[in-house]
Amino acid sequence: MVNWVIVLSIAKTHLLTKIKQTAIAALGVTFGIAAYITLVSFMTGLNSMLDDLILNQTPHIHVYSEIEPSKKQPISLYDTYKNWFNVVRSIKPKLSQKKIHNALPIIKYLNKDKNVKGAIPQIKASIFYVAGSIELGGNITGIKPLEESRLFNFKDYIVKGSPKDLKNTENGILIGSGVAKKMSLSVGDRVQISTIKGNVFPLKIVGIYQSGIADLDAIQSFTNIKTAQTILGKTKNYITDINLKLYNIDRALPLAKKIEQQFNLTAVDINTANAQFDTGTTIRNLITYAVSFTLLVVAGFGIYNILNMLIYEKMNDIAILKAIGFSGRDVQMIFMSQAMIIGIVGGILGLLLGLFFTTIINTIPFKTEALPTIETYPINFNPWFYFIGIIFAIVSTFFAGYLPSQKAKKIDPVKIIRGQ
Amino acid sequence: MNTVLEAKHINKYFKKPAPFHVIKDINFKIKKGEFASIMGKSGCGKSTLLYILSTMDTDYEGELYLDNQLISKENKDNLSYIRNKHIGFVFQFHYLLSEFSVLENIMLPAKKLGEKSFQEIEHDAILKLKMLNIEHLGNKKASQISGGEKQRVAIARALINNPSIIMGDEPTGNLDSHNSDNVFNIFKRLSNEQNLSLLVVTHNEDFAKRTDRIITMEDGGITT
Repeated sequence: MVNWVIVLSIAKTHLLTKIKQTAIAALGVTFGIAAYITLVSFMTGLNSMLDDLILNQTPHIHVYSEIEPSKKQPISLYDTYKNWFNVVRSIKPKLSQKKIHNALPIIKYLNKDKNVKGAIPQIKASIFYVAGSIELGGNITGIKPLEESRLFNFKDYIVKGSPKDLKNTENGILIGSGVAKKMSLSVGDRVQISTIKGNVFPLKIVGIYQSGIADLDAIQSFTNIKTAQTILGKTKNYITDINLKLYNIDRALPLAKKIEQQFNLTAVDINTANAQFDTGTTIRNLITYAVSFTLLVVAGFGIYNILNMLIYEKMNDIAILKAIGFSGRDVQMIFMSQAMIIGIVGGILGLLLGLFFTTIINTIPFKTEALPTIETYPINFNPWFYFIGIIFAIVSTFFAGYLPSQKAKKIDPVKIIRGQ
Repeated sequence: MNTVLEAKHINKYFKKPAPFHVIKDINFKIKKGEFASIMGKSGCGKSTLLYILSTMDTDYEGELYLDNQLISKENKDNLSYIRNKHIGFVFQFHYLLSEFSVLENIMLPAKKLGEKSFQEIEHDAILKLKMLNIEHLGNKKASQISGGEKQRVAIARALINNPSIIMGDEPTGNLDSHNSDNVFNIFKRLSNEQNLSLLVVTHNEDFAKRTDRIITMEDGGITT
């Protein structure tokens, strides 16, 4: 049975009479935790910004009709050569349509699935931007602008104009910033585009698109689905791609598999397509935690050291406490509670300091061509980091205090008193 | 008269540096209200015996009874409790907690015992201070008072839980004759007025002669 009131009052007296040492020990924890909060908030902020750059505009599942060779060549259907080893040379892709067969019913069906936040059609086509005698190769994508904005943050990447402008303008085009720069075009101008078949269409520029990936911005443009169908001379059911956004990204792989089987189409899920992003994020997080852990271990050694010294200084006090009836456990608790007080006070100050640092960083301007939506350094203010931080402070000071306090518990008062 | 402390066949061996039989078959009793002193030459084992009797040293053979209860088989936590409640200590070097005030030092064992409220403990502590004529020191830091005063504070602390017995290890060894007399008179008064048992290890022959009973030790055994 430990009498906490008296244990804590002795711990308090020890801490307050050695206020400088206490402050140094607590500051060690404070800086460790503050560095952890700053690092982890800043790093994960940057991480999610980089990931969002790609992943936000990437559909969770991309469904399209792949042009590829037939897996079964005609000879394997021939019974006579069934048990032969057949070699077929110079295989050509199977002649098939680029469009998704029955696309509109499929979209309707997918939108009913409870895992799907939205499924929207796209039309992808290769075109040329025509400026006088110069023809620049490029891609045009027919989209539903408002839906695209809702599901894939399309709006964030439009630096001039808006998705609404595109929707409301017949024969409008959102042109890539790279294309616009090359051809000295801006909003309100007209650009001629030519299809592969040679038909030329004038389109009105309603906005500029900038994804942050220069190679993409130099070729990509967007227009309404209807306009794209008109340019290509196709009917209303001509759809080349279906993009899906799910509520839970983890459901992407099984759903993609299901779509492939059910509709005989190619469906690629986001994790398969962007595996390298996951790896990058994991490693960056690992580095963050390794650095923070090191800082806290150093702070922990500081506490260990100071408590050890304190126990040497307080040998007489420990002996006398034991002589007048304090048990080894009481004495241990006196020193443990000192460590824990240092840990908790230092930890809370560290959280506040970390919050202060990150708030400052969050106001520092950070403008770059590549990231049109970012104005200041990104910070991830996640309450979990603060929770982990204080737990980390408490656990590390617990271990730092445990060994010295164990020593205090075992001190034999007779040896100290007789040793005088 | 009731027996407060009884030792039966106490033996102790030092294993290091060489095996040594330091306490040899000690048997004696301390009665209620008795003021006994242990005398002997340096190294005869008198302090070693005192620390066995005090329950702080548990590495011995034999049986120890406090208020007719066997306490030599108790575990360390129970022994801490017994020390806290039934035994008061006065050491040669006053051993106060220097960062605490005199009053806090005196109150500490009672707070640990936790049987009384804070106000009652404070009241008791001031009574003890008054009894020892040092009530003016109550709010001073323990490090700011003189040696003789410290020893009286230590006695007050030993008394705070109204123990069955007070033990002293050369309580006057570090004091001048005036303060020694003072401490002796306090002990004598406690023994007479409050019927308190006292067991004091001392070198001081004058001190020992004035006690009720002298236990003389030689080479680990009792001679008288």
